[in-house]
Amino acid sequence: MALVLTEEQQILQQTAREFVSANAPLTHLRALRDNEDATGFSRDLWKEMAQLGWAGLIEEESNGGSGLGHAELGVLFEECGRTLVPTPFLSSVVLAGGCVRAGASEPTLRQVLSGVAQGETLLALALDERPHFDPYAVETRAEKDGAGYRLTGKKTFVLDGHVADRLVVVARTSGQAGDRDGLTLFLVDALSKGVTITRTKMVDHRNAARVEFDGVSTDTVLGEIGRGADILDPVLDRATAVLCSEMLGLMTEAFERTIEYLKTREQFGVKIGTFQALKHRAAAMFAELELSRSVVLETLRAIDEGSPDVPTLVAVAKARCSDAVSLISREMLQMHGGIGMTDEADIGFFLKRARVAELTLGDASYHRERFAGLQGY
Amino acid sequence: MDSLETFRQEARSWLEENCPPSQRAPREGETVAGWGSPEFLEEAKQWHQRCANKGWTCPTWPAEYGGGALSKPEEKVLKQEVGRIGSTLPGGSFGTHMLGPCLLEFANEDQKRRFLPDIVHGRVVWAQGYSEPGAGSDLAGLQTRAERNGDEYVINGSKIWTTGANRADWMFCLVRTDPDAPKHEGISFILFDLKSPGVTISPIELISGASEFCQVFFEDVRAKAENLVGEKNKGWTIAKRLLQHERAMISAVGGGPPSSGATKKKERKVRRYRGLADVALDYVPSEDGRILDAELRERITQNEMDGICLSLTMRRSGEEARAAQGPSHTASLFKWYATELNKRRQEILVSALGTQALGWEGEGFSPNEIQQTRSWLRSKGNSIEGGTSEVQMNVIAKRVLGLPD
Repeated sequence: MALVLTEEQQILQQTAREFVSANAPLTHLRALRDNEDATGFSRDLWKEMAQLGWAGLIEEESNGGSGLGHAELGVLFEECGRTLVPTPFLSSVVLAGGCVRAGASEPTLRQVLSGVAQGETLLALALDERPHFDPYAVETRAEKDGAGYRLTGKKTFVLDGHVADRLVVVARTSGQAGDRDGLTLFLVDALSKGVTITRTKMVDHRNAARVEFDGVSTDTVLGEIGRGADILDPVLDRATAVLCSEMLGLMTEAFERTIEYLKTREQFGVKIGTFQALKHRAAAMFAELELSRSVVLETLRAIDEGSPDVPTLVAVAKARCSDAVSLISREMLQMHGGIGMTDEADIGFFLKRARVAELTLGDASYHRERFAGLQGY
Repeated sequence: MDSLETFRQEARSWLEENCPPSQRAPREGETVAGWGSPEFLEEAKQWHQRCANKGWTCPTWPAEYGGGALSKPEEKVLKQEVGRIGSTLPGGSFGTHMLGPCLLEFANEDQKRRFLPDIVHGRVVWAQGYSEPGAGSDLAGLQTRAERNGDEYVINGSKIWTTGANRADWMFCLVRTDPDAPKHEGISFILFDLKSPGVTISPIELISGASEFCQVFFEDVRAKAENLVGEKNKGWTIAKRLLQHERAMISAVGGGPPSSGATKKKERKVRRYRGLADVALDYVPSEDGRILDAELRERITQNEMDGICLSLTMRRSGEEARAAQGPSHTASLFKWYATELNKRRQEILVSALGTQALGWEGEGFSPNEIQQTRSWLRSKGNSIEGGTSEVQMNVIAKRVLGLPD
């Protein structure tokens, strides 16, 4: 399949770009931070995006969605990445929503997903327990209790968990931390007895949560008992791929701003872009950006085609984008000089979001090891 | 059946009939002449002649100059079909890939008729007279002089890093025809016979032990004025175009995985990227096939990933060019990245082989190991020849990013 956008995708891109630059330029994130917004993103803006069909883009039409693919979803994430607009897109639609989509049965399925597609219901995935991404390293226990289960454990870095209505919880019904087998996914109401949610404000001015489960009762299992990884793995792959699209938008914007600065800023009586030391570093950034774009497009298309290469490509894409977004955001700051250190300039926002995105769903090192594992060496 | 499909069928049956056994993947139960044996060489010659007669050594060139007169899509189909039987189109050379395309664009009718058919048939081997001892990265600073004398030019000076000059018949050469003009405006592009009186060729021994390059000296060498291509003093335009063809040729060698377009959907299996790992596993400690040295594993992975990303980007660039969508990348990005990637790859292989990659010749090392040592040394030149990496980065900064001079 082609690595260029179709005409329809170009139209979607144009619409998204116009919407985001009109309604959520970078000043939007700055205002949310300055006003110490309790949600950390705009629920109104998210509902507007939902009305545009964004939240239901990959939802089946029978569940109130548009039935489009990840190539289209990537277009939207990339545009959102350019202005760093915070939304529950990744957490609610792709991560937790993806688990519900793959594992829930009627009527829960239709009810939850139509709420998500309308931007009314917010979901979050409670997976991580350690400072480093390791999806099978789950110690949270689920113990059989009559017809249902009781969940006990502590989760961290639950993206947008502070405002979620429902949580998809990855818990262990058998085995031990590190085992792929024995994981089970549960759907839990955030207001359930025994659930304690603590908002954690992250450096990128977005939010996550620490969530504690103290004998929480639930009877909603997603998928099969002990086979949670079968649902989780592809969902994580898809989420990682669209996160890469967001990173691509971020690095494209950061790169373009930096090149523009090199063309206008003068020192020693000349434009600083005339200096070869900076030119070569700009060329190196350009290469990273172009290589990132190619692998992200290929990965999204592979997902939509159901290719067996998806896990490999996701590992390549996330490793490449993590390294590229890190390089470009650091170079952006350095090349802007002192102004880059001020909060007034927007540069810090790019650096901060870059760092969080770099670690979210596994950093470059994690994905290189994963690639080696997939290739059997 | 559309015309492309008809062509595919034709190409397939022609190849079936004409590609000798030793020049393709052998069919079941077939014994073929071993690589390099007299029979193999005879069949290689046969294969080249048959393709040349059909114009398929230069598939898209016009028929009147001996080319195959194929469209771009037909050429692609031909290459797919040739790949399908495990063969390659023969006869690739400086003539077919660099000089020929430039002659098609810049030469006059008489020159095209005289030079192109010999390129198609491989009857004349061409050498590239570009770099000089004093003009490497600053190619336009070249000093080899050509002075008009009647219907001839008299050439004096020297060229260096001339690939295969000792085996070549003719040279396409950049010469200075106006020493007083600004440096880019006094250069001409001229062709002459390397057997002309006054030409001296001496091979240069490289750090890898090979001698593929020569230095060539000119002392009052006489070239016919009718063999000057394009306008006098306007040769720099041709020179640059030829370099673009050269970069494209060099970066294509960098390789990487095949495009997914070539694989049929039904046959899709998980793609493997184990080229480096499989070599390394013969030499480094491992457990259940897992390389235990975490740093080596990481370097291997990074290199495989870089290769995947590069080949996808080359594919995307081609698709963008066809769709005329967005800015296309320059050959400079690919030339720079592919050669640096290959240098890193060679370093990894040497690391993986340990002291077995440090043999020079004789006992104690397999031919592959000796070859590895030589390849590692030779790869150091990849990022120098055809324009250094630093020059490529300058081109990207200027032409693609628009940074000021």
